[in-house]
Amino acid sequence: MNTLLDRLATDFGIYDISDRKPAITTLKVEKQQAERLIRELRDREGYTHLNFITCIDYIEQGIFTLVYMLHNYGDKSTLGVEVDIDRENAEMTSIHTLWAQAWTYQRELREMFGINFPGSPRQEEDFCLEGWDDIPPMRREFNTKTYSTETFGHREGRVSEDPREHMKAQLYPTRGGDN
Amino acid sequence: MIYASMSEWFGRVGNFGLTLLIVTVYGLLVGALIERIIAKVQGRVGIPYSQPFINIAKTFFKRTAVSHGIMFYLGPVFRIAGGIGTLAFIPVIYGSEMFSNFSMAGDLFLVIYFMFFGQLGMALGAGESGHPYSAIGIARGLSQMTAYEVPFALAVISIVIQYDTLSITEIVAAQQGGWQNWTVITNWVATLAAMLAFLGMTGYSPFDIFLAPQEIPIGPPTEFHSAYLSFLQINRALFGATKLVLFMNLFFGGATGWVELMIKTLLIYMVAIVVGVAFPRFRVDQGIRFFFKIPTLIGIMSIVYVQMVLA
Amino acid sequence: MSKDRSSKNTMENSGLSADEQLLFCNARPEPYKPYSIKAVEDFANWARANSLWILAFGTGCCSIELRPLMTARFDISRFGIAGRPTPRQSSVFIIGGYVSVKTLKRIIRSYEQMQGPKFIIALGSCPANGGMYFDSYNTINQFDLYLPVDMYVTGCMPRPEALLAAIMELKEDIKVGNCDGANRYVENLDWYKANQKKVIKNWDMPDYNW
Repeated sequence: MNTLLDRLATDFGIYDISDRKPAITTLKVEKQQAERLIRELRDREGYTHLNFITCIDYIEQGIFTLVYMLHNYGDKSTLGVEVDIDRENAEMTSIHTLWAQAWTYQRELREMFGINFPGSPRQEEDFCLEGWDDIPPMRREFNTKTYSTETFGHREGRVSEDPREHMKAQLYPTRGGDN
Repeated sequence: MIYASMSEWFGRVGNFGLTLLIVTVYGLLVGALIERIIAKVQGRVGIPYSQPFINIAKTFFKRTAVSHGIMFYLGPVFRIAGGIGTLAFIPVIYGSEMFSNFSMAGDLFLVIYFMFFGQLGMALGAGESGHPYSAIGIARGLSQMTAYEVPFALAVISIVIQYDTLSITEIVAAQQGGWQNWTVITNWVATLAAMLAFLGMTGYSPFDIFLAPQEIPIGPPTEFHSAYLSFLQINRALFGATKLVLFMNLFFGGATGWVELMIKTLLIYMVAIVVGVAFPRFRVDQGIRFFFKIPTLIGIMSIVYVQMVLA
Repeated sequence: MSKDRSSKNTMENSGLSADEQLLFCNARPEPYKPYSIKAVEDFANWARANSLWILAFGTGCCSIELRPLMTARFDISRFGIAGRPTPRQSSVFIIGGYVSVKTLKRIIRSYEQMQGPKFIIALGSCPANGGMYFDSYNTINQFDLYLPVDMYVTGCMPRPEALLAAIMELKEDIKVGNCDGANRYVENLDWYKANQKKVIKNWDMPDYNW
C-alpha cells in the first residue's frame, strides 16, 4: 500500500493521505489529475469497484469535496479519492466512461448540489425531485426549515420540545435534572 | 326438446332460475368456506361466511363508476352469460325433472363451448379497459386455458367414447347403481387427466399466475370496479360451482339430491385446495409445459385405454 | 371522452400538451347524493363498512404496520378487510407515514381513480403535522391540505393495534354515514387543486384523473 501511495505521490501529486480505518485510506488530488488517477487505479492497481461518489459541502472554504470511493477486491482495501472543486460554477470531469453506473451518481449530485458533469448522460433530467425550482437542496446555504414552512405550511398547535428537557420533565420529574 | 305448451316452458325457466340461485349461493358459501380453511392452515380465523355476500352488496352500491367503452360494459355481461349458459345445459340433480335444466342430447358440446365463451368475452372487455396489466393477465390466462383445455378435452373425448353419448344426463345415468360404476373407477385414466386440468381451471396456486395479485394487480379484472365487479364476483362463484357440478356429473356419478351434490362437489374442490395450499406458484411457461407434458400424455392414454381395455 | 371544452363542467388540463389533452377525460367530477330511500342507504352503508378494501400502496415507513394486520396475530380479514392491488376496486387509502412531494403526486392519481365512497386513514404523525420530517424540503406537512382525511392515527410509529382501532372507528363512522370525504373533495375541488399545484411543480397529468 505504501509503495503504491509513494508512486502515486510522485506521478499524480496526491497529498493529505490519511488512514481513516484499517482498510480505508483517503487521499487528495488536484482536479486536473483526478480522472487520470482514477483510471490508473482502476486499470493498473485493481481498484475495479466504484462504491459510490458523494460530495461534502465546505461552505466556509468555498469548496465542494467530491469523494470517489474505490474498492480493491484483491486485497480488500478501499481508497477514497477526494477532489476539491470550486463552489461557484461547480464542475467536474465525468467518469461515466469508466463505470457506467457513475452517471446515476452524477445526476444525483447535479440535482442535490448543482455540480455539472459535462458529457454525463441524462444530466438535464429530474432525478429524485420533480420540478425543483429552488437552489439545490443539499447546498448548505439552502434553509430547509424556511423552505418547508413557506411551501408546506405549518400546522397550528405543533410545538417542538428540546428532547433532553422534555424527557427530564416527563419521565423523571422527581430527579430534578441530574439523571 | 319440444315443449308442450308455453306454461311448461315458463315453468322450466322458473326452475332454472331457482337452480341458478341455489348454485350461486352455494358457490359463494363454498368460496367463504375455502377461504376459512386456507386461513386455518395459516393459523388465522378467516372471513365470516357472510363476507362474499357483503362484498357483492358493497361493490354493487358503489356510488360512482367510469366506463372505458362498449366492450368494457359487455365484458362482465359476457362473463356471466358464459357462467349461466354453462349451468343452463348441465343437469344438476340426476333424476329430478325440476333441476335438470335445459339438458338435451348434445349438451356436453354446448357446455364446453360456453366455458370458453365467458373467458373470451372477459378478455375482450378487459382489453378495452386499456390497462397494461389487464392485457398481461389476459395473455397469461388464455395461454394457460389453452394448455389445460387439452387434457380436459382428451378426457371428455375418452368418456364420450366410453359411454357412446354426448348427453350429460345419459353419462350420469350410465354411472348409477353404486360407486363401482363411477367414471373415476371405470375410466380412472380420463379422470386423472381431467382432475389435473381441474387444478388449472380453478385458478388456485400453483396455477394462479394470471391473477397474481402481487405482480400484476389481479390480472384481467384490474380496471373493473363497482357494479361491473359485482357481476364478476357473482360469476366467479357461479362458474366455480358449475364447474364442480360438471366434474361431479362426468366423473363422480352425479348426484340424486342436493346434500349429495354438496358433499361431492366440496370434496372435488378440496383437491384443488389441498394442492393449492401445498404448492407455490408456477410461472406461466412452466404451467403450460406442465399441462402439455404429463396431463396431455395421460389424456391420450385415456383414449387408448378406452379403445383397448374397455372396448 | 373529450367533451365540450368551453363548458363550465370541464377541467382545463393545462398541464398536458394539446395532443395529450385529447387522450384524457376532462369532465369535472360532481358530488353524489345518498339514496333517497333511507333503508337502502343504511344497508349500503352497512355493506360498505363491513367490506373495506385497502389499497395496497404503502407511501412511507408506517405502512410496514399494515403487514402485521394480515398475519395470524391480528387477522384483519375477520372484519371483512382485505388488501386490493388496484385503486379501482379499493375503498380505503391508508397513507402510511411521510408523504414526499413525489409520492403525493402518485397518491392523488390513485385516490382520484378510486370509486366513491372512498376513505382515507392518515397513519402516523407525518401526514398530520410533518412529524420528524417537519423541516424537510420534500415532505409535506399537512396532508389534509391536499386530500380529505377521514381518520388520523398519530404516533411514530403507531402500533398495529392503533391502526386496527382506527379502522374499527372508521367502520362505525361509515355505518352512520359520516364519512363523505369524496364529496368534500369534489365540492372544494378548486381549493384542493390549488394546494396540490402549489407543491407539485411539474403538473404533467390531467387535472382530475378519472
